[in-house]
Amino acid sequence: MNIGLNPLLLVTFFPLVGALVVLLLKPKWKTALRWTALVTSLITFGLSIWMLTRFNDIDPEIQFELNLPWITLGNNQIGFHLGIDGISILMVLLTTFLMPLAILSTWKAVEERIKGFMAFFLLLEVGMLGVFLSLDMVLFYVFWEFTLIPMYFLIGLWGGERRVYAAVKFFLYTMAGSVLMLAGILWIGLQYGSFDLTQLSGSGLIPAAAQLWLFGAFGLAFAIKVPMFPLHSWLPDAHTEAPTAGSVILAGILLKMGAYGFLRFNLPLFPNATVTLAPWMAGLAVIGILYGAAVAYLQKDVKRLVAYSSISHLGFVVLGIFALNLQGLQGAILQMVNHGLSTGALFLIVGMLYERRHTRLLENFGGLWKVVPVLGTLALITTLSSVGLPGLNGFVSEFTILLGAFSSTVIGSPWFAGVATLGVILAAVYLLFMFQKLFLGPVTHEENKKLKDVSAREILILTPILIFAFWIGIYPKPFFMLMAPAVEKLTALVQSAALLAH
Amino acid sequence: MTLIDLYSILPAATLIVWALFLLLANFWFSKRQPVWTPILAGAGLLASLVVSIFFTGKPMAGFGGFILVDGFSNFLTPLFAVTGIFAIGLAYDYLRRMGIQRGEYYTLLLFSISGMMLMASAGDLIIVFLALELLSIPLYVLSGFAHPRVDSQESALKYFLLGTFASGFFLFGTSLVFGAARTTNLTDILAIVSSGEADTMLLLIGSALMLAGFGFKIAAVPFHSWTPDVYQGAPSPVAAFMSVGAKAAGFAALIRVFSMIFPSLAAELTPIFWALAALTMVVGNVVAIAQTNLKRMLAYSSIAHAGYLLMAFVPFGDAVTRSNSVASALFYLTVYALASLGAWAVLIGMEGEDNQGTEISDLAGLGKTSPLSAAAMTVFMLSFTGIPLTLGFWGKFYLFRTAIEGGFVTLAVIGLITSLASAFYYLRVVVKMYFQEGQPEFHWNFWTSSVAIFTALALVVFSFMPGSLFDLALRSMLTGS
Repeated sequence: MNIGLNPLLLVTFFPLVGALVVLLLKPKWKTALRWTALVTSLITFGLSIWMLTRFNDIDPEIQFELNLPWITLGNNQIGFHLGIDGISILMVLLTTFLMPLAILSTWKAVEERIKGFMAFFLLLEVGMLGVFLSLDMVLFYVFWEFTLIPMYFLIGLWGGERRVYAAVKFFLYTMAGSVLMLAGILWIGLQYGSFDLTQLSGSGLIPAAAQLWLFGAFGLAFAIKVPMFPLHSWLPDAHTEAPTAGSVILAGILLKMGAYGFLRFNLPLFPNATVTLAPWMAGLAVIGILYGAAVAYLQKDVKRLVAYSSISHLGFVVLGIFALNLQGLQGAILQMVNHGLSTGALFLIVGMLYERRHTRLLENFGGLWKVVPVLGTLALITTLSSVGLPGLNGFVSEFTILLGAFSSTVIGSPWFAGVATLGVILAAVYLLFMFQKLFLGPVTHEENKKLKDVSAREILILTPILIFAFWIGIYPKPFFMLMAPAVEKLTALVQSAALLAH
Repeated sequence: MTLIDLYSILPAATLIVWALFLLLANFWFSKRQPVWTPILAGAGLLASLVVSIFFTGKPMAGFGGFILVDGFSNFLTPLFAVTGIFAIGLAYDYLRRMGIQRGEYYTLLLFSISGMMLMASAGDLIIVFLALELLSIPLYVLSGFAHPRVDSQESALKYFLLGTFASGFFLFGTSLVFGAARTTNLTDILAIVSSGEADTMLLLIGSALMLAGFGFKIAAVPFHSWTPDVYQGAPSPVAAFMSVGAKAAGFAALIRVFSMIFPSLAAELTPIFWALAALTMVVGNVVAIAQTNLKRMLAYSSIAHAGYLLMAFVPFGDAVTRSNSVASALFYLTVYALASLGAWAVLIGMEGEDNQGTEISDLAGLGKTSPLSAAAMTVFMLSFTGIPLTLGFWGKFYLFRTAIEGGFVTLAVIGLITSLASAFYYLRVVVKMYFQEGQPEFHWNFWTSSVAIFTALALVVFSFMPGSLFDLALRSMLTGS
């Protein structure tokens, strides 16, 4: 294999090249720093598209596999093992797609210490791509923990008023989850002599009794990251205090690392425990859906409202995953993409409002539609896509998830889906309430009368996201096709374990 | 004395001879060119380092088994020499700024290091005791080196009194073991203990007393109470050296004595080690959270790391795990040494007269005023916490792996949870440096900063390829195992 041309290696580490270039530039060359970061992330996106064109979408197996020996420790090999399949390719594309948009959104918002900002941002991209592509548990853990450092600094240095509190809380919460995962990884490695996911997945090596607590050790890390109720309390603080671009990436991609972890680790490694615990996980997911929605409705701060809406939307993802059937899983993966797009766009819009008014409180807005009609239109489409209006992306995935959960034999009761449906209605309530407070009614504040409408740059940021929102809403088939083989394989694996268990 | 005997102690002997020579040379230099004393001391350590790498490579025994040269001592001897070189790098500017520039400092340092080297290759309980005294007595003097300062004298007295107590415990333990085994030679004790002739009760009491003595040196709870006061009072380069060298030497003796002669007592001793490790990790980390002074925080952090090191040692009786137990402890020691020396280097840059500038809050704004030092400090804090892309992660990774391999999953989980707690106070340093405004007074010095930058780079660069270091540690086998 020609290692130099392995697309995964190129995609993962190209941002690192950009980060190094950024480090070599002088802090005062603001434009050069911005363009370097933007061009780097665009090239990374281009590379991931090139990878997509070479991806075989009817093959359920891992592709572009790269397995280099890295470290030997006793009887354990730790491999530098990368690979991609139908599940991770969507996550990688989402990451490389959102990065340039997020960087573009900092053009005016970040004026201080641009050098550090861009360097951390590109390092964060390396970490996130590494998480989605690692097939070795230790390598995965290294990337997983590494993402903490740039995000910690992004929140702590460029965040809002309570940024220090939010940054430390984010760091400690995530680490609290991952320390037990490390214990689990070490235990598996010692017991079965391998850290390699391709060898362990679906191997049936791990006995059912051990699976239960391993599921807990890994699941805690992922549940905190998703976040699932009741482990969510870091999220509103981190999302609210992070700079706009940080919130976009946090909501758009970092949360998906948790859901992806469930798909990549808990389901194939601990299928029996997954089946046993699925109703509980689904139950927590449904609570999260309703709780997130209810709390979102009560928020006075737009950004906090969007943050709580994430808890609700990610609840659907978890519900879909633990439905453990084809529809549920496909819906969940698509919902991960959709949430990245819609919530990312919502955070961008909130950021644009904040740049104009330097406040995020709902009471300070109102009637903006008359002042900034173009922004209003873009915000309306984004809101509706997040609500789940048919014809836009959110509807497709939520509908598929509910379909999957309704017919799921594993969670055993249609009530989960039934109650979760309320979440769709509640989403309409709090999001339309938000839109109404921001854009409709009379202009109540003098300052709001002179707001500038969106600039060309801002349209350029939002348009690609909205194009995808329509595309997925109207013709989602290519996306489902891309993930279908890998999801079918995963479903078959878990269901065979379920048959054995019953 | 044959040539082999001389070879076996060559690194330590080089240092002792050099130190005596330096003591004389210093009379000359101290009046004219005081800068030459540290340079010569560094050269001596370098010579000792070269000797330890090239001349004492293959396993052997010297002085009729008094001295053992094996993989274990071959790993630690260079580590001590390098620690000494760093300690000199930290000292020069500090001593000058504090007005306590005296050449004896370097001579004492060399004596102490030679004691540590002997400790690592001691093959007899008598040599362990002699090495313990040889390394400790110069340290007692060094702690009081900032002579007119009261807290420095208090530190020296405290360290001396408790240190002699610990030596007494160790000696008493030795005499009981001698009573049971009728010899003080480690290899012979092992033979007698495994033949079952020795009185187990005497051995147990003797080993427990020895453990108390070592526990003091490595600052394990409940023998730790001297640590924060001594570290705070002693001149900072001395504290840095103690936190690394003395701890490593204590562990070297602990591993050497217990792994070599007491594996058969593992059933009785393992629960004791288990409790000591857990207690040390919990107390060290929890009390560190409450500290506002950087020196005291580093002191408690050094206690906590002693707990992690002890954790590696808990499965010492298990023949399968033992090689990993020793190797992971040595690996962790190295990683800890790098991070600790580096963190003290930054602290020394911060320190002014009379312990000024050593509060954690004094670090505010360092990220802006001294970006390189702050970045290095961040690396040290992340490495202490065990975050990936620092060697600290691999240190903990190997350590926890050993604990789990030995079947001590609960202990590993305690360790993992306490390292989560430790993130809290390590992060506070980062928060102060970067997220808060301030005008810290940083005394930049080429040598001090070099230590910080070098250790930070080593911690990051080697984290990409820890494999070679793992191998090195794994080859550090004890004689007889």
